[in-house]
Amino acid sequence: MIGEKPKSVPAHLPLAYPALMLGIFFVIPFAMMVAVSFFHREPGGFYIPGFELANYRNLYTALFGRTLAFSLFIAGLSAAVCVSLGFPFTYFITRMRRKAQVVWLVFLMSVLSLSEVIVGFAWSLLLSRTAGLSNLLAWLGLMDKAAAWYPGFAALLCGICYLAFPYTVLVLYPPLSRLDPALPEASLTLGASPLKTFFNIIVGTLRNAIVAAFVMVFVFTLGVYLLPQILGRPHHWTLSVLITDQAIYQTNMPMAAAMAIFFMVVSLLLVALTMAIGKKKNIE
Amino acid sequence: MAGLILEDIHKQFGPVVAARDVNLNLPNGQFVCFLGPSGCGKTTLLRLIAGLENPTRGRILLDAEDITQTPAHKRNFGMVFQSLALFPHLTVGENVAYSLRVRHVEKAAQRKKAAELLDLVQLSGFMDRHVAQLSGGQRQRVAIARALAIEPRLFLLDEPLSALDAKLRESMQLELRELQQRLAITTILVTHDQREAMTMSDLVVVMGPDNRVRQMGSPLSIYRRPADTFVADFIGSSNLLEGTCSAAGEIKIGTQRLIVEELPAGLSPGTPVTVSIRPEDIHVLPGIEKGDNRLQGTIAFIRDVGSSVEIYLNCNGIQIVSQSTPKDRPPVKQGDPATVAVPAAACVVLRS
Repeated sequence: MIGEKPKSVPAHLPLAYPALMLGIFFVIPFAMMVAVSFFHREPGGFYIPGFELANYRNLYTALFGRTLAFSLFIAGLSAAVCVSLGFPFTYFITRMRRKAQVVWLVFLMSVLSLSEVIVGFAWSLLLSRTAGLSNLLAWLGLMDKAAAWYPGFAALLCGICYLAFPYTVLVLYPPLSRLDPALPEASLTLGASPLKTFFNIIVGTLRNAIVAAFVMVFVFTLGVYLLPQILGRPHHWTLSVLITDQAIYQTNMPMAAAMAIFFMVVSLLLVALTMAIGKKKNIE
Repeated sequence: MAGLILEDIHKQFGPVVAARDVNLNLPNGQFVCFLGPSGCGKTTLLRLIAGLENPTRGRILLDAEDITQTPAHKRNFGMVFQSLALFPHLTVGENVAYSLRVRHVEKAAQRKKAAELLDLVQLSGFMDRHVAQLSGGQRQRVAIARALAIEPRLFLLDEPLSALDAKLRESMQLELRELQQRLAITTILVTHDQREAMTMSDLVVVMGPDNRVRQMGSPLSIYRRPADTFVADFIGSSNLLEGTCSAAGEIKIGTQRLIVEELPAGLSPGTPVTVSIRPEDIHVLPGIEKGDNRLQGTIAFIRDVGSSVEIYLNCNGIQIVSQSTPKDRPPVKQGDPATVAVPAAACVVLRS
């Protein structure tokens, strides 16, 4: 079957159901959002159908630009942190005995069951002055007195990475566990130190997996909107927070829709760019 | 003393013993085969030599220098893996020059050396190809060239030919042997194929299913004078006859007397022994003949494959195989009574 092209209309029938579902629950809502982004906003009311570019023109503000840049920056940074920690971590898991691997994976999966709200409040507690980790360090004599580590950029980064880390491991696990153990061994016998072997061979052969994990975490992190409000200061708020604000509190649906679409287009361009760089290096 | 010495090497993975009390002394410049059935520890032994595993106890010495604790990347041994382990993200040339790259050799010198080595393994012009574009035999050659690029003190091969089809495997065996002789480099090859071991090696180390070294020697001496019944059965095929030592130079197989030329030292009459006789040493005579070194039976089956004829006989419950050339084929057919003649010189007596 694989590789064979279906020849007739009945052969395409099994596709009808997923296509229908995708249409109803994904394409139609998305099309509605695209349409709304061109509608006219009715202050105090909702919106009236029409076609105007005013919503997109109104995006051209310093606040939007700064928030967009910050959103992309923190998403990129979280992705970089998650992948650079997650890759060696996953590598060591895959070298463990089968039983130990299962324990680690189940543990990571259980982290996924925690909602963003719980993760956010847990971190805010851990990083607080009154009940947080700094009390422990002060008690151990490593710090003079307990300090507040939140709200702030580092706290936000911690929270986001905590949320995205299990996904990173789950994306990296299959390719890493399929890696032929003879590849690093061959590199060792050819005189490369274990560290060189790790970067030249293990990272080198799995570049595609690393790019995929990076893109996945990047996109995932762009959608985070509770954590910036719990763990960050207002200038750490991401575009998702701004969109929520426009849509719910300002009742400006057309503006929120325009923001969301612009954000999506920029993100897609960045993802395409990342993949293109990954691919190019592969062919070289 | 120059060469590779393994001293009381023992390797255990948890409760599983992979190599048991191995003592070997391999002179420089030789082609050595580690031969044994799967699970006998031959690959483990090779990995211990390469430094990819540490022995549970024992020492490894190379040219009188203790290398037991030297990590793999400092041993300078070229190794060809069973999976070949070519780096999929590098080209053929980059694979071959990898060891030079990690030693920070100049780019131009890397390419020059890689080109030389590719010439050596008859892959000139494959420099910029991708590994995925190569056939099985070509990958083999790349793996060999890559291992030779470090100018290794030892060349280690872990069943590298097992994935090739029979024809290609035979030609690669000859090629590899020829290459080893030209470079005069000490080479250790792991294989479970006794034909491969016989073709290529100066020395064969036979390992048994108990993870011990059973015998070491030149291929022909191992074939002619196997040390025990396992070796006799594993190297080539052999007729193994159970009997007892009856007198000096004499074995009883049932009621039949077998005169032999040589007996293991210190064998007293009444000791159970096994006599190993190669199929090509056994002659089949038509009809029943009595006498010493004769066994009577019937022809059970004849396998004529053109290049050789194998005759299976049933001699009172003992199955015996004889092999001859078509020219020397005795005038017998299935079901005929026949006599097996065993020359005294062909009998190798082993303790049971």
